[in-house]
Amino acid sequence: MIAHAIFFYFFSIIAVVSAIMVTVSKNTVHSVFFLILDFISISCLFIMIGAEFLGMIMLIVYVGAVAVLFLFVVMMLNVAQQKNQWFISKDSSGHIPIGLLISVIIFFELIIVIGGWKYKPDLFNSTKLTTSNEISNTHSLGQILYTDYIHIFQISGMILLIAMIGAIVLTFRQREGVKKQSYLKQISRERAEGVEVLEVASNKGVKIDD
Amino acid sequence: MEYLNIIFQESYKILFLLVPVLVSVAMIVWLDRRVWAFVQKRQGPNVVGPFGLLQSLADALKYIFKEIIIPASSNKVIFILAPIITMTLALIAWAVIPFGAEKVLADINVGILYIFAVSSLGVYGIIMGGWASNSKYPFLGAIRSAAQMVSYEVSIGIIIINVLLCVGSLNLNDIVVAQKGMWFIIPLFPMFVIFFISALAETNRPPFDLPEAEAELVAGYQTEYSGMMYAMFWLGEYANILLMCALGSILFLGGWLSPIDLYPFNLIPGALWLIFKILLLFILFALVKAIVPRYRYDQLMRLGWKIFLPLSLTYVVLTASYLFYFNLLPAI
Repeated sequence: MIAHAIFFYFFSIIAVVSAIMVTVSKNTVHSVFFLILDFISISCLFIMIGAEFLGMIMLIVYVGAVAVLFLFVVMMLNVAQQKNQWFISKDSSGHIPIGLLISVIIFFELIIVIGGWKYKPDLFNSTKLTTSNEISNTHSLGQILYTDYIHIFQISGMILLIAMIGAIVLTFRQREGVKKQSYLKQISRERAEGVEVLEVASNKGVKIDD
Repeated sequence: MEYLNIIFQESYKILFLLVPVLVSVAMIVWLDRRVWAFVQKRQGPNVVGPFGLLQSLADALKYIFKEIIIPASSNKVIFILAPIITMTLALIAWAVIPFGAEKVLADINVGILYIFAVSSLGVYGIIMGGWASNSKYPFLGAIRSAAQMVSYEVSIGIIIINVLLCVGSLNLNDIVVAQKGMWFIIPLFPMFVIFFISALAETNRPPFDLPEAEAELVAGYQTEYSGMMYAMFWLGEYANILLMCALGSILFLGGWLSPIDLYPFNLIPGALWLIFKILLLFILFALVKAIVPRYRYDQLMRLGWKIFLPLSLTYVVLTASYLFYFNLLPAI
């Protein structure tokens, strides 16, 4: 078990240090890179406790897709410059009370979660959480997700769909004067409508585009 | 002492996997250039060694002895990290590729998810390289590449779901064994075609090599790199291409299974069959590079989101309903 402990401390120290670095580092792009490192080390911790499906999905969804979008936004907006201006200007003091309020709310939420854990000590003894060596992690997760919790699963899917449609509707704008390629029109073009042969009289010329 | 023993044995195995992979990456570069040349009625590299086989070695030596230039205004740590990450991610994915019933370095339960996760991490090498160069062409190349890889990952993921529906396991060896009766290329042929094209886009191969389109972006995210760091990007790219070929042959062409389960074919070891299939797919990759012109960027995005995504989703519904109706769904 020594190797297990060594790996556990290795990954958890990386996770904690990089989580601190996310908030401390001056460069916003560096913060996102530390966030990615945090995600990766946490998924390694998931794999170490035997939740290999969760670890891999964490890598695919958070690191492979969500963090890429983060990086995109941060790189495009040049946030570092904006942040510097923001801290120098006097308006920034107005944000401190709101920030404090939100951090107090998050702190109480954490207390509630930890209290709930203490309140129900027999959580691991409940029948839904039986672990067996015959059925793999992925299979047992699928069996529970698509039978007992199917309604919650579908509702969360619906919420995600609504959020996606909402984001598209909010950012969608009809632009004028944009040239668009119509593939159907291009493919269905015949020679007859594309080419026109004209008899041109000498020294007269011909008028096209009328 | 016991741990040291395990570590020693495992590093032995890793060395036996990595050295052949690196050598074959060098050989595959030669093969790529050769096929490309033959399609265009040229000779290609044929001077160094027999048939020019040692050309890649000569190139590698040249790259090693070249000076590494780090731009003054670049972000140095990330600039150096980027090629290392590309190379490492291209190599660690080989850990789960099965070369035989027992010949696999890590026979993990979620092998296919592991490969998918590692290949989705591959985009970071490119983004980091492009951003840290602090120059316009690399940045534009990196942004293009990131959008392209994220888009085509979606369709590859749904194609993998198609195969998983027929197998009922995420283990790569189980996927191969499930094809004993019939290779998945026969019932899932449209998915194989989409997988092949998506793999081209995922590895930034022509006709989807927009991140390094010479005509508009010099060399894309690699513009500021030189010497060994450039060579590492290159090696990582080709190792990724080989990995995609291996994934295609495992998902659709029966992996290490022989095409006919009869006497003379059975004698050939499974690893050789897998290598043969990888080579076959790679020659297809090389042919596509030679004969197809580059896509425009909006056409590329349209192909990914408006054609491949709906098609592969429809095929998931079709496969699932077929399996359910005829009671063919795999048992756990």
